[in-house]
Amino acid sequence: MLAFAIRRLFEAALVMVTVALIAFTLFRFVGDPVNQMTGQDTPLEDRLKLRQELGLDDPIAVQFGRFLSGAVRFDFGISYQMKQPVTAIIAERFPATLELALVAALFAVALGIPMGVYTGIHRDSWLAKIFLSVSLVGVSLPTFLIGILLIYVFSVKLGLLPSFGRGDVVQIGFWRTGLLTASGLKALIMPAVTLGLFQMTLVTRLVRSEMLEVLRTDYIKFARARGLPERSINFGHALKNTLVPVITVIGLQLGAIIAFAIITETVFQWPGMGLMFIQAVQNADVPIMAAYLLLVAFLFVLINFLVDIIYVRVDPRIRIYGRAA
Amino acid sequence: MTESIAPSSAAAASSQTDRRKPAQRSRLAAFLDSDLLHSFLASKLVVVAALLTALIFGAALLSPLIAPHDPYDLKSLSLLDADTPPAWLAGGDRNFLLGTDDQGRDILSTILYGTRSSLEIGICSVLLAIILGLSLGLWAGYAGGRIDTAIMRIADVQLTFPAILTALLIDGVAMAILKNHTIEGGKFWILVLAIGLSFWVQYARTVRGVTLVERNKEYVEAARLIGIGPFKIMFQHILPNVLGPVLVIATINLALAIITEATLSFLGVGLPPTEPSLGTMIQVGNKYLFSGSWWMVAFPGVTLALLALAVNLLGDWLRDALNPKLR
Repeated sequence: MLAFAIRRLFEAALVMVTVALIAFTLFRFVGDPVNQMTGQDTPLEDRLKLRQELGLDDPIAVQFGRFLSGAVRFDFGISYQMKQPVTAIIAERFPATLELALVAALFAVALGIPMGVYTGIHRDSWLAKIFLSVSLVGVSLPTFLIGILLIYVFSVKLGLLPSFGRGDVVQIGFWRTGLLTASGLKALIMPAVTLGLFQMTLVTRLVRSEMLEVLRTDYIKFARARGLPERSINFGHALKNTLVPVITVIGLQLGAIIAFAIITETVFQWPGMGLMFIQAVQNADVPIMAAYLLLVAFLFVLINFLVDIIYVRVDPRIRIYGRAA
Repeated sequence: MTESIAPSSAAAASSQTDRRKPAQRSRLAAFLDSDLLHSFLASKLVVVAALLTALIFGAALLSPLIAPHDPYDLKSLSLLDADTPPAWLAGGDRNFLLGTDDQGRDILSTILYGTRSSLEIGICSVLLAIILGLSLGLWAGYAGGRIDTAIMRIADVQLTFPAILTALLIDGVAMAILKNHTIEGGKFWILVLAIGLSFWVQYARTVRGVTLVERNKEYVEAARLIGIGPFKIMFQHILPNVLGPVLVIATINLALAIITEATLSFLGVGLPPTEPSLGTMIQVGNKYLFSGSWWMVAFPGVTLALLALAVNLLGDWLRDALNPKLR
């Protein structure tokens, strides 16, 4: 178990260094930071001096080392566009994205699992067929179209929900939350549904196929023969055994949710990291792009690592492979 | 999803005669008797999806001929025509069947031209992904050892990130590098590159898996013994074995590539508004949603959704039909 964890940790570190190298290459070779920081009439001597002060004349390896040590301390320099430290901008934006992603994941699980169980048990009923057709449409429709459709129905036509922003927020320490006010919660509904819909269809389909598989096994037949009530067979015995792959997929999807938040945040003008990243891409704001890249990579690697570890704890077969290797 | 009710024994027999280059049976006859066609006609939904796909592809291909207006022709545009609702609504103009956008462009014509650019980008980027993934997968599987490890490790790292993020990043980097040079039509190839590079992993993994199995078979050994070079073995002997799964992935990827292009354009980092694509149209129309001009976003949106759904259904069916385990 320990060897397995260490090996995984080593691989994770390798991924992070690779991503850092890409981010650094961005920094170093995309545009000249001196040009970005000075005006047209800056004399050449000043430019050279600035180059030296920024350490751009040092060997590449030294510069990469400096970039890495900065990244470890969450120091990514100053945004070209907003003239603020990147770290401050991200600290301001991160809570908004995390709240959105968690609520979206909650929505996906809370609706996806019951729908999956239902379509698994009553596989030929018309309601199950409707669920599955809807889920196919959900997979095919681009996220931003769903968002626009929701805005048109609930904001433009019915005027029920706000179409942009987070609503009122409450500051708790460094965390600015929208979960504690009525308008904040109202503003959260449509973005969370838009973001979570794809994952919901994914969970539904996964739970359904797992349920179909488990319901065929002998111990379910035996439970039936013992005369246990359907309810306890379906939920106590069957569902419980489908949960391992479901947990894995949900964990891995959490990363995808954070990535797809870029689209949802643009549609709803949600002041999170995704919107920040899109603006950075549009303005070629390299420090923000590099920081976002590293942060997302870190989240992905962390989630992957945790899922791997949970998997090993749950499934003993992997543990044996880990020991053998 | 599609329940394929194909006569499996006849199908197996016919596919066997296929392999032996039948002299007495024409290819057409073999195709008409194949299980692929049977399972195709067995599902009405798939036939509808195929017709819809053909219709959209055809309309997009013929857009210069059938579009009532030319959205690229700036001279013919008039701001006086801007924001006209569809013809059947009050204030509509029979000249603009589906209304006009904020520049006075005819929505129907722009959709036709826009679908064309969306399809062009989608097809080009899938082709790029196939070429890259196929070559790297064959190479990794055939060479094995360190090359295999290196290629597959890169693939694993890239697979950690969703394709849309990779595409966004490549797009952003390309834009940053080319910020000071504007190349005519350059955005098109940047998008193809961004989407193509974010999709290659799936092909590489599939092709590598098949290659690993095939390279130890006797016919490859025989080919090697009579002195055929590794390139010829890879591309002429092993490649035909992977074409089925690659075709399936390509179909599903086409829908994904079209959606990704539309998403990038919607996010404002795709095609510029002067070169209409479905995503750009939706982005522009989205700004006018609150003023009640729903047609600017609704018609391109429906076109995009139908296109993606139809291609997805085709891909789903193809996967089931070509998978021998599901027969």
